[in-house]
Amino acid sequence: MVDKNKHNEIVKAESKKLDFYYADGTQALKNVSLPVYENKITALIGPSGCGKSTFLRSFNRMHDLYPGNRYDGEIVLHPDNTNILDAKVDPIEVRMRISMVFQKPNPFPKSIYENVAYGLRVRGENNARTLDDKVEEALKGASLWDEVKDRLQDLAFNLSGGQQQRLCIARALATEPEIMLFDEPTSALDPIATVNIEELMSGLKEKLSILIVTHNMQQAARISDYTAYMYLGELIEHDATDKIFTTPTMKETEDYITGKFG
Amino acid sequence: MAKIAIKAKNNNDLSEIRALIKKHKKNDLIFAATGMFVIASLTITLLILFLDLVIDGYPRFTLDFFSNFPSRRALKAGILSAWIGSSLVLIVTFFVAVPLGIAAGVYLEEYAKKNWISDLIEINVSNLAGVPSIIYGLLALGLFVYSFGLGQSILTAGLTLALLMLPIVIVSTRESIRAIPVHIREAAFAVGATKWQVVINHVIPYSYGGILTGVIIGMARAIGETAPVITIGALTFIAFLPPSPISTSAPFLNFEWLEAAFTVLPIQMFNWISRPQHAFHVNAAATGAVIIVLTALMNGFAIRLRYKIRKKIKW
Repeated sequence: MVDKNKHNEIVKAESKKLDFYYADGTQALKNVSLPVYENKITALIGPSGCGKSTFLRSFNRMHDLYPGNRYDGEIVLHPDNTNILDAKVDPIEVRMRISMVFQKPNPFPKSIYENVAYGLRVRGENNARTLDDKVEEALKGASLWDEVKDRLQDLAFNLSGGQQQRLCIARALATEPEIMLFDEPTSALDPIATVNIEELMSGLKEKLSILIVTHNMQQAARISDYTAYMYLGELIEHDATDKIFTTPTMKETEDYITGKFG
Repeated sequence: MAKIAIKAKNNNDLSEIRALIKKHKKNDLIFAATGMFVIASLTITLLILFLDLVIDGYPRFTLDFFSNFPSRRALKAGILSAWIGSSLVLIVTFFVAVPLGIAAGVYLEEYAKKNWISDLIEINVSNLAGVPSIIYGLLALGLFVYSFGLGQSILTAGLTLALLMLPIVIVSTRESIRAIPVHIREAAFAVGATKWQVVINHVIPYSYGGILTGVIIGMARAIGETAPVITIGALTFIAFLPPSPISTSAPFLNFEWLEAAFTVLPIQMFNWISRPQHAFHVNAAATGAVIIVLTALMNGFAIRLRYKIRKKIKW
């Protein structure tokens, strides 16, 4: 079954009436229903504390690492219609299908090679040749191969911040995920590294679907196909990026993107 | 044309600010000087004591001293059975306390639910690190010697010192695990690793330096412990060696030595110091110097190791 919608895109995943409560009882998401389209970049924007990161981290069940957090509602992953928030679905299975790149580059204190290979090793891949091939492919996919091919055994910490973030993208890419989540991936990087990552993401969407949280509205406008504006845990508006940034329907959205608020 | 400020601040103000800074900086100086004085007096005291031991024991620093059994004649007496006993006991201690301590630390940090029971265990473990060692000796006497019937053996002594060392290993394991940043841990989970994979591939390797430091400091404490070993009945005069752990024929390793009677360095020293003849006091001083050097070497090694590993892993 292929889901179509008002934008005539293929739906890869969608949250349905998603509520989220942190262990202390605060409700961080209220009734959020949002589609993630296949081979498109969906950007989440909104002021700090609006719940966009919380929403993103629901997609790989990161909240399950901390006891007491609670979801209500569904996130359905297509084409198999799995509700990935279902208690019967193992969070590890979800993370094997949906990978994530974090705000701060967070390579493991291991070699460049081992960083990329780790996701594959976790999946039981031990064949040296297969690993070599997939590591190379992932590093090429993250446009890092040419810079590191002669020093794959070097410690990942010796790379620059932008290179480290691309290494993290390669690590997330190596396992061939269906969706990649980006949590403000360039907020710790300089402008040149930021441009590199943005170009990279635009290329990546050929292969997978992307959901990105960004503080930077220009970035959302530059790279995303669809943009969702969130405020105080609620989804205010979701539409094609052009539409959101030129003729938003909601007054709140307009106030935020024109800088009157936020 | 650039304008030059004629009066940025009134002169009075400026001298007031300078006086204030000077006054505040005086506190820096007082604190630094006090600290320096305390450190210097402690270090110098320790050095003088150590030098005194070395000078007293100097005539006995010969190869014979390390290769002779204790004897009724002070000049022929050595610490062979004591240093071999200490080494064997420490081997048992190491192999019991290290795996158990790391496993306990990992379990408490990674697996145990955080509730009042884990809080209670945490308080208990931290407290145990401060319990006087003779209490451990009494516990071991009741439990290992009498209840388990392990006798006054190397095994009993090793287990006793392992109990003593366990809290140190557990606490240092937990602390180094806590030092691993959340974002590294999340990165490992995000690629789909299970808790066990995260522990084996990340948590333990990254906290290795801290754990090892704790282990060595614990061992350095164990090597000098006297009270618990006396309590469980270590001998004070022993003129034979335990059976060798390694043999030339299959199965090459044997464990009879675990059941052997033994003595350790601090007990040997205690024994000699309690004799009336001055010649034995020389032996005691020499043994004391050996223990201090061993402890210092182990601690130095721990610091060096931590430094080396920290240089590789910096968060």
